[in-house]
Amino acid sequence: MKNKKFDFKDYIRQRFFPHIWCPGCGHGIVLSSLLRAVHELGLNKNEIVITSGIGCSSRISGYVDFHSLHTIHGRALSFATGVKLSKPDLKAIVPMGDGDALAIGGNHFIHAARRNIDITAIVMNNRIYGMTGGQFSPLSGCGKQATTAPYSTIDREFDVVDLAKSAGATFVARSTVFHANECKDIIKKGINHKGFSVVEILTQCPTYYGRKNKEGDAVQMMENYKTNTVKIGSKKLEKNPGLIQRGIFVEKNDVPEYCEAYDRIIETAMKGQA
Amino acid sequence: MKNNNIRFIQGNEACVEGAIYAGIDFFAGYPITPSTEILEHLAARLPQKGGKFIQMEDEIASMGAIIGASLTGKKVMTATSGPGFSLKQEALGYACMAEIPCVIANVQRGGPSTGNPTHVSQGDVNQARWGTHGDHSIIALTASNHQDVFKITVDAFNMAETYRTPVVLLLDETIGHMREKLVIPEPGELPVVERLRTSVKGGVDYHPYLPRDDGRLPMSDFGGEHRYNVTGLFHDMWGFPNNNPNVVGGLLRHLVDKIENNVNDICMYKEYWLDDAEYILISYGSSARSAIHLAKNRRARGIKIGVLELQTLWPFPTEMIREKCAGAKAVIVVEMNMGQVVTQVKNAVDNPNSVFLANKISGELISPEDIKSLLRMIQGKGV
Amino acid sequence: MVKDKIIQHLIEKEWCKGCGICVHFCPKQVLELDSNGKVEAVRPEDCIACMLCELRCPDLAIQIIENQEKEYEKQ
Repeated sequence: MKNKKFDFKDYIRQRFFPHIWCPGCGHGIVLSSLLRAVHELGLNKNEIVITSGIGCSSRISGYVDFHSLHTIHGRALSFATGVKLSKPDLKAIVPMGDGDALAIGGNHFIHAARRNIDITAIVMNNRIYGMTGGQFSPLSGCGKQATTAPYSTIDREFDVVDLAKSAGATFVARSTVFHANECKDIIKKGINHKGFSVVEILTQCPTYYGRKNKEGDAVQMMENYKTNTVKIGSKKLEKNPGLIQRGIFVEKNDVPEYCEAYDRIIETAMKGQA
Repeated sequence: MKNNNIRFIQGNEACVEGAIYAGIDFFAGYPITPSTEILEHLAARLPQKGGKFIQMEDEIASMGAIIGASLTGKKVMTATSGPGFSLKQEALGYACMAEIPCVIANVQRGGPSTGNPTHVSQGDVNQARWGTHGDHSIIALTASNHQDVFKITVDAFNMAETYRTPVVLLLDETIGHMREKLVIPEPGELPVVERLRTSVKGGVDYHPYLPRDDGRLPMSDFGGEHRYNVTGLFHDMWGFPNNNPNVVGGLLRHLVDKIENNVNDICMYKEYWLDDAEYILISYGSSARSAIHLAKNRRARGIKIGVLELQTLWPFPTEMIREKCAGAKAVIVVEMNMGQVVTQVKNAVDNPNSVFLANKISGELISPEDIKSLLRMIQGKGV
Repeated sequence: MVKDKIIQHLIEKEWCKGCGICVHFCPKQVLELDSNGKVEAVRPEDCIACMLCELRCPDLAIQIIENQEKEYEKQ
């Protein structure tokens, strides 16, 4: 479908729209960016398996017209590992929320990165548990308001990019839903990358995070993504080191991909048999 | 002449041989005593036949990985023990709900908690049935010797594919670690069931969760022409989440009925000297070895005693047990737990007061002597 | 033969949740929310087809169709 003009309707299960996400939720923009990325890559829908866990973000798998596997909380990457290793021709895409990926699923996240298995993990970071009504997540950070932090949070947050880097992910990038085109391009590169790709996308939760933390409505939160983020290495960082950097942080092509490495194990084992 | 089909191996290896015979393609696991040898041997054996083995970061991930691999059309298995079986329960329930064929071997050790890792127990019988939350049904098989471990492992794969369900292999530490002879059957000697795949062509509406008249649900592999949804939520015939009361009730009933209505086909057991038995020992797994030994010994002394060895623990073969025990003066359930199967047997028989428990919970294998003391008391002979 | 670019705003009102993101970020103020809180293109002639509304719509409710097929035959 590469040459055809992009049309959402070619890639979604229309009967489930309008989707369940709140007005102004950034997750729909991630969905839109993902679909555009798939379109521009010219992928066949039959070769994509989208695997998700539990939470607002995880509902994405039901909306896309790919093979879809909606699993249990935090474990999507382990299910996707089984899909990918057993059928490496498939493209494995795993959208996850911040709690799903890095609290309950943190172990699977670092180990999938360590193995460098060819899966694209999209961390939809809205810094809150939305589905259950606004509890703080491991990405909320200190001094934030949440239903489980009525006196503000004292929990420090992970930096997804740093964590993915140290765990060995061979493609690590960050964008925001404000930068929808960049977001799409980064997802494209993540899917194309042979190895474990982590794409963190900052996406607003106006309903819980925004309201609790007085960050304004969806529009205001998106404006904040414009003002509070810069491209990697921007000069603005000199004056304001607190700005969040966007772009591709890691892109390594010299690390063996897990399924390919296992194919060599099969060769070795079969030789031993002959 | 050397016969390569005759082996002297551990029960865990017999399980591996059974899995290979059944056509296993994919295994994911995590080291845990006393099941680790299953993991180790499959690490070597699977790539030799082009299959895939992966050691995951934990027990939960292993369960997730086999479910994912099953959906691409592979025959899959994981193996674990006590604490690992506890960790797998949520994903096991997912496999029940999403109807994913898979085999989970649990080589039982003493519990609760870390318990008694290198010693035998049969304390996970009820956990196999009820370990995951919510109503559901499950198949759990067990065996008392390596030839049978091999066979029930093949059966486990066959049943997983036939009923689209997880099947639990409840082995125990004694069986898993004990070495004895195994004769590997020739190809074709035991039936091997392959996955039933849909004949619906691409572009035609396919219902992955609509049972045929015979109750079976033909599958379509991920990567194929049918793109459908798999979820742990209650779902419609396409696999999409649905909480319509009719859909919810209908699906739950289906999940239970597809197993409970086939109890006669799933039910496997062996019987020894039951025809005229006044005393019946009901046992399974390594305990059954002691029960059979004692019965043989008592028979020689003229006592009308027989053994009913269960190989299918779930769905519980209630009717079969009621029939077999109808004429018995006393039924003694021999097991290594606080009385898990005995409760089921009491429910099954006409006279529950005639059902007794001979158990051992110390981590030692229950011995014929242990059973004999109880038998003598029941016979009114004193200990 | 002259080609004329016609820009259409294909809006799925049923899908639009009225968050106002498209309205806010439209550089030409083409879009507004109607009395039901759903987006509509009130000044479509001003649209420059920058696609920002389509790209940022969380509801997948807007598509910009650039129609280049309208052709005038010059006599």
